[in-house]
Amino acid sequence: MTAIPSRPPGRSRRALRALLILAAVVFLVLFLVLPLAAVFAEALRKGAHVYLTSIDQPNAYSAIRLTLLVAAIAVPLNLVFGVAAAWAVARFEFPGKALLGALIDLPFSISPVIAGLIYVLLFGAQGWLGPWLTSHDIKIIFAVPGLILASVFVTLPFVARELIPLMQAQGSEEEEAARVLGASGWQMFFRVTLPKIRWALLYGVLLCNARAMGEFGAVSVVSGMIRGLTTTMPLEIEMRYNEYDYVGAFAVASLLAMLALVTLAAKTALEWRYSEELAAHAPGGH
Amino acid sequence: MLPGFGLSLGYALAYLGLVVLLPLAALAWKASGIGAAGLLHLLAAPRTQAALRLSFGGALLAALVNAAIGLLVAWVLVRYRFPGRRLLDALVDLPFALPTAVAGIALTALYAPNGWLGHGLAMWGIKVAYTRLGIGIAMVFVGFPFVVRTVQPVLAALDRDMEEAAESLGAHREQTFMRVILPMLAPALLTGFALALARAVGEYGSVIFIAGNIPMRSEIAPLLIVQQLEEFDYAGAAALGVVMLCFSFALLIALSLLQRWSRRWAEFAT
Repeated sequence: MTAIPSRPPGRSRRALRALLILAAVVFLVLFLVLPLAAVFAEALRKGAHVYLTSIDQPNAYSAIRLTLLVAAIAVPLNLVFGVAAAWAVARFEFPGKALLGALIDLPFSISPVIAGLIYVLLFGAQGWLGPWLTSHDIKIIFAVPGLILASVFVTLPFVARELIPLMQAQGSEEEEAARVLGASGWQMFFRVTLPKIRWALLYGVLLCNARAMGEFGAVSVVSGMIRGLTTTMPLEIEMRYNEYDYVGAFAVASLLAMLALVTLAAKTALEWRYSEELAAHAPGGH
Repeated sequence: MLPGFGLSLGYALAYLGLVVLLPLAALAWKASGIGAAGLLHLLAAPRTQAALRLSFGGALLAALVNAAIGLLVAWVLVRYRFPGRRLLDALVDLPFALPTAVAGIALTALYAPNGWLGHGLAMWGIKVAYTRLGIGIAMVFVGFPFVVRTVQPVLAALDRDMEEAAESLGAHREQTFMRVILPMLAPALLTGFALALARAVGEYGSVIFIAGNIPMRSEIAPLLIVQQLEEFDYAGAAALGVVMLCFSFALLIALSLLQRWSRRWAEFAT
């Protein structure tokens, strides 16, 4: 300590610093850690045995299977879309590019309930295409295709948003060199472009998957809540909760909370290791 | 010239058309079916007005709270070094990663009269669960990461020379913060605020469990849409949906203007 007696600002600055750190830590613990802890505490309230038996049930298994199925279809669809959209937006100039970018972001700023609503109004029995679907005996709303469509809608921007700024920053010199050296379009894509964007792609897929598995509002509107057939894990949580089966609701919730923790850990690991291979993240409805 | 322009753009446009534009057209079609007079009539209904006031008012308050707390947390994470900082930094994104239904029942359990926090608050006479205060807390929770994540990179890139110049010219700490730092953070802060606002207005899953959902008192607009759908009032649901969508569009335009402003601001500040 260099003792300069007449320097109170130094001490008051340290006091302010300690106060601000304390305030931030207390807020984060009360607001973020406590709800997370509450999920596991409520799930285990009646012991490990009750916890396990409330997961070891046909309802829970069918909800887990459906959640995995929805994510297994929605995530690859948005992965391919994200790569195609990023290639077009980051590599070429064309009129209406800004509009296309806004359109890609749109699902993030729409209420999940409205995301479900628009599909009901399109495919529902009283919807635009409803009469035609009914006469051809195709069910989309209150069935699995509706759940998938609603999930595709709410997770549409994740991969594209991750890739566009990165690919814009990277530029296209290496791709152009590959072409000059005689690579075909697909060779250039798989050997040059894909290795350059792989970590950002994984990052986008992680967030896309977490949202697809955890989506509630949009799927609840199109689900119809037919247990065992159209209830994903978040919907099973709601049904159990409304039936006063709190331990059961929190038991299923604890599985999704673990998914959230794994996602956060993987995302953070990617940010620490490959920060320069990920774009500057524009925050959005992650 | 790089290959794949036609294929990638064509695929992206076809996909967006099918997944986003076609369903939105169905919404416009259904809402136009009731006409302007019908729309006004629906919006004049006291229950609709109460729900819209609650959703917009609550989201506005929650976004303001998030702007203040988000600024504090971003400041602490960028400017100070302390044990556990990286863990806290990673934790900020929890509300993005945690499914809304999980957040909803967890917050309700926490703030219920017999919950960890609700019990203590009840002794002070404060009721959170099943009140509007609970709705506000859920809205703050889901919008929390936005302000932190927009302010953080700008604060980290901020040129310290200006602060040092201000201080060497005799400015107090408060003056330096208010007159030098805050103006440079303003575009990022506003962007985070707008994102948190947009998220809270449309939020459904984390709010409905803690809200109590009493018509006219604690019923948010997205829940009203769900209830109209359950009563097969498709036109009413579509009308309310269009109103909320118009607000989202307005916010999106405001956000893109903000981004243009902050880019110019960044060029000016560096």
